[in-house]
Amino acid sequence: MNRAKQKIAPYLLVLPGGIWLLIFFAVPMIAMLSLSLQEGDIVHGYRFTGHWQTYTEAISAYQTQIYRSLIYGAITTVVLIALAFPVAYFIAFYGGRKKGSYLFLVLLPFFVSFVLRTISWRQILTDEGPLLSPLRDAGVIGQSFHILGTPFAVIGGLVYNFLPFMVLPIYVALERIDPRVVEAARDLYANPATTFRRVIFPLALPGVFAGVLMTFVPASSDFVNSEVLGSSDTTMIGQVIQAQFLDNSDYPTASALSFVLMLVLLIGVFTYARILGTEDVMKVAAR
Amino acid sequence: MSASNMSDPTFLRGLTQRRFGRRDALRLSGLAGMGAALAACGVQGQGTQAPASAEPDAVAKFWNGKVKNGTLNFAGWPLYMDPKRPELKKFTAKTGIKVNYQEVIQEMGPWFAKVQPQLSAGQSIGFDLMVITNSFQFTQFRDSGFLAPLDHAKLPNYAKNAGAAYKKEAFDPGNAYSIPYASGMTGIAYDESKTGPIKGLADLWNNPKLKGKVGMFSDIQELGNFGLLKAGVNPAESTEDDWEKAAEELKKQKADGYVRNYYDQGYIDALGNGEVWATQAWSGDIFQKNLSDNRDFKFIIPEEGGTIWTDNFTIPITAKNPVDAIMAMDFFYEVANASTLAEYINYVCPVPAAQADMRARAAKLSGDDKEALLDVADSKLVYPTQAEYDKLHYYVAFEATSEQQKFQKTFEPIVLG
Repeated sequence: MNRAKQKIAPYLLVLPGGIWLLIFFAVPMIAMLSLSLQEGDIVHGYRFTGHWQTYTEAISAYQTQIYRSLIYGAITTVVLIALAFPVAYFIAFYGGRKKGSYLFLVLLPFFVSFVLRTISWRQILTDEGPLLSPLRDAGVIGQSFHILGTPFAVIGGLVYNFLPFMVLPIYVALERIDPRVVEAARDLYANPATTFRRVIFPLALPGVFAGVLMTFVPASSDFVNSEVLGSSDTTMIGQVIQAQFLDNSDYPTASALSFVLMLVLLIGVFTYARILGTEDVMKVAAR
Repeated sequence: MSASNMSDPTFLRGLTQRRFGRRDALRLSGLAGMGAALAACGVQGQGTQAPASAEPDAVAKFWNGKVKNGTLNFAGWPLYMDPKRPELKKFTAKTGIKVNYQEVIQEMGPWFAKVQPQLSAGQSIGFDLMVITNSFQFTQFRDSGFLAPLDHAKLPNYAKNAGAAYKKEAFDPGNAYSIPYASGMTGIAYDESKTGPIKGLADLWNNPKLKGKVGMFSDIQELGNFGLLKAGVNPAESTEDDWEKAAEELKKQKADGYVRNYYDQGYIDALGNGEVWATQAWSGDIFQKNLSDNRDFKFIIPEEGGTIWTDNFTIPITAKNPVDAIMAMDFFYEVANASTLAEYINYVCPVPAAQADMRARAAKLSGDDKEALLDVADSKLVYPTQAEYDKLHYYVAFEATSEQQKFQKTFEPIVLG
């Protein structure tokens, strides 16, 4: 009796999460996979034919946009680490009693829709806007210089929109560092640079790891920043998927592209976790 | 602007209300479409008229036993009717039918995708009347059997007041399923102070002043149309070979560095803030932009030709209150109502007599109010003359979905880069 209970217990424990996954992840995934293998059109309906060619056609037609999205996502993530680390470091170690206020400031942009905030960047960066007009009048930039429509604007928008997602996990990691560890480093004659390199940074790595996951994936599949701040030269794969779904009603191609994107990102994330996985991070931290 | 100008109610209304506006309404207004034929103007596409495709007894079958219910759910576009809804209030006062007007349609593709599942399951979409563009989705709606055949016996005002051109449209022969709500043109808008005079499409390809300052539409149909016109082909008669030629033209324009970007409705802001100096544009938008922002953008139909499209009243086949819906359709064809609607939205009015009504109303006004109304009454963008119609072409008429997809695939790479 006892043994039987023991056998079932783990399954029972997994059940709520399992059902949740089944309904909200597996079912839509299977529906999408099936859709990606169907043929037809929206008037006459789509029928399952196991048409795998949709995948090869979609990949060859839109590989540029897939590569571009991954590159934009990667650059965004690197820039984010560079920007977010000092911010998180400052809040964690010098925030003092104002920590709460600083964190609130980091989260404040969430109170306005990110589409609206992105559109306001459009107003700021536009050719005859408050930033470029004075510069052009002063002769600092040429007549045809512009920011909107360039990869710079799109990556800038991505960095801006995803900054809190990098700051918070790094902050949490830094916050958990026992101050006595830092004191011990000092006692052992480590200078501040060494302390940072050998003690603080390794301990913050789990936060960076989480931050990368939380920013690289959505940044690579984003379709708003390029739509609002970019041009036809900065089209990202998210825009292509959206256009195939909504404008063309080409559900199979859109589903196939979504799957390809998901697969590419999953492989990327697993490889990353393998190389810089949490376990290794912990080992580094424990050193 | 002077202080007296600022205090003028008309001017303030223009600033704050986008009085003649309808911005997002036109997003994707043209994703593909069938050529409409204006018999009066001799433009290509007239020859495609076929007998009404509905079965002879379809009308009777649908309308038999249907009665007025006193309720109407009306699906419209943003900024495509005065926000105070004066026409609808008048309609309710006259007929006792309560109208629930919702600005739920913003783009044709997504709208079709949204209601398609309910319609194919034979369920109500919650609306009895919807305004849809003569785009490719119009054909999809019709061919899927989603549109109720109209009982023209219930449309006496339409029969009496609609312009001849709006009674014989190729995308809906015999107006079996639709009657026009408003019509509009696609041409070029430009900032003359920066560009100097512009004549047509050649400027968007070759005028050195415009390098990097040209806006084109991201809408595949609209973009393709301009490529075709530049290649000297009438879109309504174009073949697959022509599409290739047009795509080459558009690729050259892009490679030569003329195109700043491909825009949706955002083109109007891009023009406003100087991102582009000349752009593909929809007629009513420019009039509205000039009025609301006190600007002086020019709108021309290119000498190589422009295009014309129509937004149409239709009744979904599953409508719960079709009689109320068809009463509202006819109501908008009373001259006085067509006149006030056109005054607000500033697109081409399908009721020619509305022009005289506007002038008569303007005569009773004074000052800026009078001027503003006369501007609309005299606008060739609201009441085009033969000279305008001669330069306007209709959309490519796709026979099948595969053709439309081919068109899409031909031009899409230009926009998606």
